Amino acid sequence: MANEKKGLSRRDFLKTTGIATGSIVGGGLIGGLIGYNMNDNGGTALEEKTGDTSKTGTSTRGRMFFSNDKDFKILSQATERIFPEDELGPGAIGLGVPYFIDNRLYGNYGNNSREYMQGPFFAGEATQGYQSKLTRAEIFTQGIQKMESEAESRFDTSFIELEGEQMDEILTDFQKDKIKMTGVSSAFFFKLLRQATLEGAYADPIYNGNNNMDGWRMKGFPGHQAAYINDIEKEKFMKMEPKSINSMH
Amino acid sequence: MVKTLDKVDVVTVGVGWTGGIIGAECAKAGLKVRGLERGNKRGTADYLRVHDEFKYAIRYELMQDLSKETVTFRNNRKMRALPMRQMGSFLLGEGLGGAGTHWNGMTYRFLPYDMEIKSQTEKKYGKNKLSKEYTLQDWGITYDELEPYFDKFEKTIGLSGDNKNPFMGERSSDYPTPPMKKTPILKKFETATKELGYHPYMVPSANLSESYENPDGERIAACQYCGFCERFGCEYGAKSSPEITVVPTAMKTGNYDVRFHSNVTEVLKEGNKVTGVKFIDRQTGEEFIQPAEVVVLTSYVLNNAKLLMVSDIGEQYNPNTGRGTLGKNYAYQIGPGSSGFFDEQMNVFMGAGALGMTIDDFNGDNFDHQDLDFIHGASISLAQTGSRPILTNPVPPDVPVWGSEFKKASIENYSRTLSVFGQGASMPHKENFMSLDPDYKDAYGLPLLQITYNFTEQDRNLHKYITSKTESIMKEMGAKTVVPGAPLTDYDIVPYQSTHNTGGTIMGTDPNDSVVNNYLQHWDADNLFVVGAGNFPHNSGYNPTGTVGALSYRCAEGIIKYSKNGGSLA
Repeated sequence: MANEKKGLSRRDFLKTTGIATGSIVGGGLIGGLIGYNMNDNGGTALEEKTGDTSKTGTSTRGRMFFSNDKDFKILSQATERIFPEDELGPGAIGLGVPYFIDNRLYGNYGNNSREYMQGPFFAGEATQGYQSKLTRAEIFTQGIQKMESEAESRFDTSFIELEGEQMDEILTDFQKDKIKMTGVSSAFFFKLLRQATLEGAYADPIYNGNNNMDGWRMKGFPGHQAAYINDIEKEKFMKMEPKSINSMH
Repeated sequence: MVKTLDKVDVVTVGVGWTGGIIGAECAKAGLKVRGLERGNKRGTADYLRVHDEFKYAIRYELMQDLSKETVTFRNNRKMRALPMRQMGSFLLGEGLGGAGTHWNGMTYRFLPYDMEIKSQTEKKYGKNKLSKEYTLQDWGITYDELEPYFDKFEKTIGLSGDNKNPFMGERSSDYPTPPMKKTPILKKFETATKELGYHPYMVPSANLSESYENPDGERIAACQYCGFCERFGCEYGAKSSPEITVVPTAMKTGNYDVRFHSNVTEVLKEGNKVTGVKFIDRQTGEEFIQPAEVVVLTSYVLNNAKLLMVSDIGEQYNPNTGRGTLGKNYAYQIGPGSSGFFDEQMNVFMGAGALGMTIDDFNGDNFDHQDLDFIHGASISLAQTGSRPILTNPVPPDVPVWGSEFKKASIENYSRTLSVFGQGASMPHKENFMSLDPDYKDAYGLPLLQITYNFTEQDRNLHKYITSKTESIMKEMGAKTVVPGAPLTDYDIVPYQSTHNTGGTIMGTDPNDSVVNNYLQHWDADNLFVVGAGNFPHNSGYNPTGTVGALSYRCAEGIIKYSKNGGSLA
């Protein structure tokens, strides 16, 4: 996605450089621009002697579920509003959350494989939980289309062209259940989207989110550590370099 | 074509704590035992890569596959019951070890008051303390009678504790291993509760403080405080679970085997005896009959009740008439508590499932209820189980739940937030029960179990009282902001609360108000035993597993007695 414009804003840059679209960007450029290292290997910092696989420049990360670029960008922008980049570190896009969600939708999570999906279906009371006929894959697909149609009808442009506040306005209406969706409530879709964003930010990087373990770093969570038996009685807060379960061989 | 297998002395339906204990004790006594387990074989070697919050805690890797079977739920009889389509309020187990694989290991003994709750309440507060709608009853066994079985279970699992709880029933011996480490976080709770005049003690823990060999020769390792316990298996073999204790003990005898992928669909009954069980092999779809001298239902609370219902054994409870006992006295637990936001960062990511401290000053009848509008109470605890980042995003009430402010506040408070929680006892009510669902079916064509359940007036009053206690403890601990839990409304099956479901196959002294006698032997068939938290006529203010373990040893003794002499043991 070549961009002709000069003087890109930070957000335009994120929108257009391909971090959100999957093309590989030189780590130096991104790192220099936004102050953290965009790791190309899906973020698993291997602890073997070969060190950082991002230096090889090959990406193992890719889209499985979203075939349409625009849908993936809409998802990406929505997750970034939920978990934005700030002085603490990367937001959802920088952490690879859109890839995490994409990959999950193409599997058990997206297909509700381990859940009871037999009819008959009735709306039920809130206390009875999820009662939709739709799978999560279907809900996300519809939800993203809805975000786009809301953007078109309210602002006469695509969701991905909106200013942050405009995106927030639409997302807030989803959250407050003010948008009509078919077979599911918009509030339920928003809840899924928010939860999936947090999962992508903080799951082990083997799932293609939490890029470079930066989600954990921001939070002060050290990931997979074998034992704390020698530290648990210490008063002082322990800062440790995080580890992925992928560090086990 | 149903294939009939060779007869065994004892068959258990499910191989978790109850099935494992029955298996070990009966096989040691020379009986031929077979465990039928619908899930997979698994053990310590399967948990080496278990430090994965997403897979195990969020996607429920070790739990029941709900696409095959779930329950339906409604708050009351006026509502249409609908399936619990996703896991939420409680986490059902599946596979070797059952829920005993992914428990936290908090192991208490219910109070002497619990086993005699009806008579003690009437004696002290009169007959009308609770209205007749609450179907309270004594257990048909006393704490003193149960004590040797508690003792036995604790020795099997090597329980780590400090014996500093003045409210506990008398113990015949000390804890097998010393208490867990008292961390800075635990000390905050200890100091605050002592300051308030309460009596803190270390949570009795089945994640062991030191390595231990149990009386059967099984070794349990020392806990490493890795912070991945509940919802996970233990890669160290340091959390006592059936796979590393009672199951290998049973196997060593040569009298025991487990058949996996075997989903029991019916208990077969002829006259006043059962003859065995029917099961489906999940991998082939074939049906089998397993004949047995004794059948023991050792699956989870909900499935034990369901199996009796689909097999038409016993009389289904009817809330209109109060007649029938099967499905009666379904109870749960309530969760009053308070969160506190602190200035200092704490090592919240370190921990163990049962690493915590508790007070019993407001549990059972340890405090006077004369001027209170409820009975019983709650243990109040602080646990350092290991806060993990996906599920731990605490923000004060005035902060939005997404966006830049949320991100900052949730990151800031992740290591600066603690909770003090109560496990509120749950009194049975005539409108809270289990039955069979008329509409929804499982993968084998059987009706789903239906739960009709809501919180009661008693629950709401207890919740309010205990919440205020947790709030004052949290203030005393020095939190800069204290957020008490919202008042109790209707029971909601969506958010996780606890896997402490009880009742439905309750024990007692009279067939008119119980399903089993105090050996957990069914009143309608001498060679059928049903054991688990389903036997509790009400639920106490503690985790149930310690008491489930004791009842399992009691049940095993009953089966061995029955195998020698026959007849009713009551």
